[in-house]
Amino acid sequence: MVKNNGGIKKLSDFIGFFIESLPKLLDGLYLTILLTFISLALGLILGLLLALGRVYGKTIISGICAGYIEIIRGTPLLVQLFIIYFGFPQAGISLEPLTAALIGLSLNSGAYQAEYLRGSIQSIESGQMVAARSLGMTKIKAIRNIILPQALRISIPAWSNELIYLVKYTSIAYIIQVRELTAEGKFIAAHSFRYIEIFAIIAIIYLVLTFIFTEIIDRVEKKLSIPGIGTIKRLEQRFI
Amino acid sequence: MLIESLPQLFEGLKITLGLTILSLLLGSVLGILMAVGRVYGKKPLVFFIYIYEKTLRGIPLLVIFFLIYFGLSQIGINFDPFTAAVLGLGLRSTAYQAQIYRSAINSIPTGQMIAARSMGMSKLKAIRYIILPQVLRLSIPGWSNELTIVLKDTSIAFSIGVIDLMRQGRYIYSVNHELVLQVLLIIALIYFALVFSINKGLNYLEKKYKMTGFEIEIER
Amino acid sequence: MNMLKVENIHKIYGKTKVLAGVSFTMEKGETKVIIGPSGTGKSTLLRCINQLSPPDKGRVWLEGIEVTDKKTDINLIRQKIGFVFQEFNLFNHLTAVKNVSIALEKVKKMEKEEAHKEAMNELKRVGLKDQADQYPSQLSGGQKQRVGIARALAMNPVIILFDEPTSALDPELIGDVLEVMKSLAGEISMLVVTHEMGFARNVADEIIFMEHGVIAECGNPDKMFKNPEKKRTKEFLGKISSLYGEE
Ligand SMILES: Nc1ncnc2c1ncn2[C@@H]1O[C@H](COP(=O)(O)OP(=O)(O)O)[C@@H](O)[C@H]1O
Ligand SMILES: [Mg+2]
Repeated sequence: MVKNNGGIKKLSDFIGFFIESLPKLLDGLYLTILLTFISLALGLILGLLLALGRVYGKTIISGICAGYIEIIRGTPLLVQLFIIYFGFPQAGISLEPLTAALIGLSLNSGAYQAEYLRGSIQSIESGQMVAARSLGMTKIKAIRNIILPQALRISIPAWSNELIYLVKYTSIAYIIQVRELTAEGKFIAAHSFRYIEIFAIIAIIYLVLTFIFTEIIDRVEKKLSIPGIGTIKRLEQRFI
Repeated sequence: MLIESLPQLFEGLKITLGLTILSLLLGSVLGILMAVGRVYGKKPLVFFIYIYEKTLRGIPLLVIFFLIYFGLSQIGINFDPFTAAVLGLGLRSTAYQAQIYRSAINSIPTGQMIAARSMGMSKLKAIRYIILPQVLRLSIPGWSNELTIVLKDTSIAFSIGVIDLMRQGRYIYSVNHELVLQVLLIIALIYFALVFSINKGLNYLEKKYKMTGFEIEIER
Repeated sequence: MNMLKVENIHKIYGKTKVLAGVSFTMEKGETKVIIGPSGTGKSTLLRCINQLSPPDKGRVWLEGIEVTDKKTDINLIRQKIGFVFQEFNLFNHLTAVKNVSIALEKVKKMEKEEAHKEAMNELKRVGLKDQADQYPSQLSGGQKQRVGIARALAMNPVIILFDEPTSALDPELIGDVLEVMKSLAGEISMLVVTHEMGFARNVADEIIFMEHGVIAECGNPDKMFKNPEKKRTKEFLGKISSLYGEE
């Protein structure tokens, strides 16, 4: 009986603590989601430009795009964020933590998305480009109407990987003082000394987030699927 | 000034490399065990491994670090930052490596197991002498990818106070403010050179140990 | 003025001289068939005509406009030159009718409804009204190729170039495609690379025999089949006829 009461007390105590922390956690969650989606969207635009530059660009353009992709993929995200947040001010560019994080994550994600997109573009038979040109389409029209609609569909699973990657790696923004989910957790824990509880809660929030996002993208993928157009298998390029 | 700080960065580099190697080792050993467990094990074990993989792949490394370093010390288990980082990186890498080895195991025709057993090998012997040698070769591409990811992510150990490349850099530029950008660029260059040569080296290995009649077909 | 004039076309890939001076002309409504061993440059010749592979030397005119002139808007010319590919090259993300209408919308700037109506008409013409909403992967090879023909026809070209349009098809599917092509003869100019001797004999106004990057011999089907001037022509036609039959 006594033991049981103790258990209930612990549980209600935990629930109280959870409810108390909730507003702060929600603030952090909001920033995490914001960071994720903006970097995903900006990264997509950048990734598209880089992929098109690599595949269709002249040697110099193609080389520049390849170089950018290699450099970003060859260095840690944290170093990139540090260069933008701590390094840029030396060159006269001072950025707010959130802005720095958004720029860093987008520049980073762009390089990875470029690689997925390039794979998709190159998986489309060259004959379709030839056929489009034979109908009088300019190269740009052919890319826009024939190649990209297919390449983007083919990339959806890879794109879902990228989303999951970003959800998790936005946490690094904490290190440059962005108060996203992990940062809020750290502050709460530092005051209450309840590290296990708070980080267990946060771990669960991340798990739920990744689960929901994966589900949504799977739905989108099904909805947009076209008979005969496969999607490249889930890539393990980055952590899923 | 910049030249003088190079030895200090080198100290950090040693820690970074140590972190990488130890966590990869931990991840390889546990990863192989988990892969074998998930393919050949009984239901409860398979389920446990499944949950383990999902969880460690679903939460940020930073949160894993905080749980191990701060969380465990709350219940009296204290690690120094370096050990905590090795555990965090290693346990997470386990989840990813398990997946690499598992898909390699699954790509080996079942006939090979049957053939080994028909020669009188025990299941364990068959796994040890027939399946694993093939699995390891097939896993090289996935593994090289994992190696560079772990190397890059050691930088996150900065957040729990490991004195790695990142933090040594921080020490240098917090004294010499005007060197921030230069020091960070040198650090970036070091990481890049490492990742680049690892990729080149493992590509070479992959070609050298490519089994004839075996296409390396791991989803990448 | 000839409708199409091809003059002294040369094309070199690396060190191999693929085309070494090809010249011929075509009139409105004419059907010409090009035959010849593989690797002779037949596909290259077709691609030189609509500049998918610009020739290294030589000139091409369509309806009096010089196609090979760098100042000519090639995308305008290509609308007048249909191209049907051996491998169909359909757009995999578009239904049959969209495959036909996309260039009408994006190149000819037609309204969506009008383009759709036009595309449906072309699909009817090739006997694929019922397959309009299917994706390429849901069509048979013969159906795919007929969509390919409808796609070329929709642009209202003055000539269509066919590059071995039935070579990738199972034998039982070839007939439908040849039927469609036959029905076009006379209405529209056709330049057809094919090994189908029945089609060559019954439909072509002229047969061009190419070898080693040049026209070895040409003439009407009667002459080519019965009294070719060159021994090689006779040999080749004999070999091809026994391989592919004559319907
Ligand atoms: N894009 C190209 N690059 C290099 N060589 C080519 C290319 N296209 C064709 N060739 C070469 O030109 C020759 C003629 O090819 P092709 O025109 O396809 O012949 P055919 O259609 O008569 O079989 C072949 O030897 C082929 O290898
Ligand atoms: Mg050909």
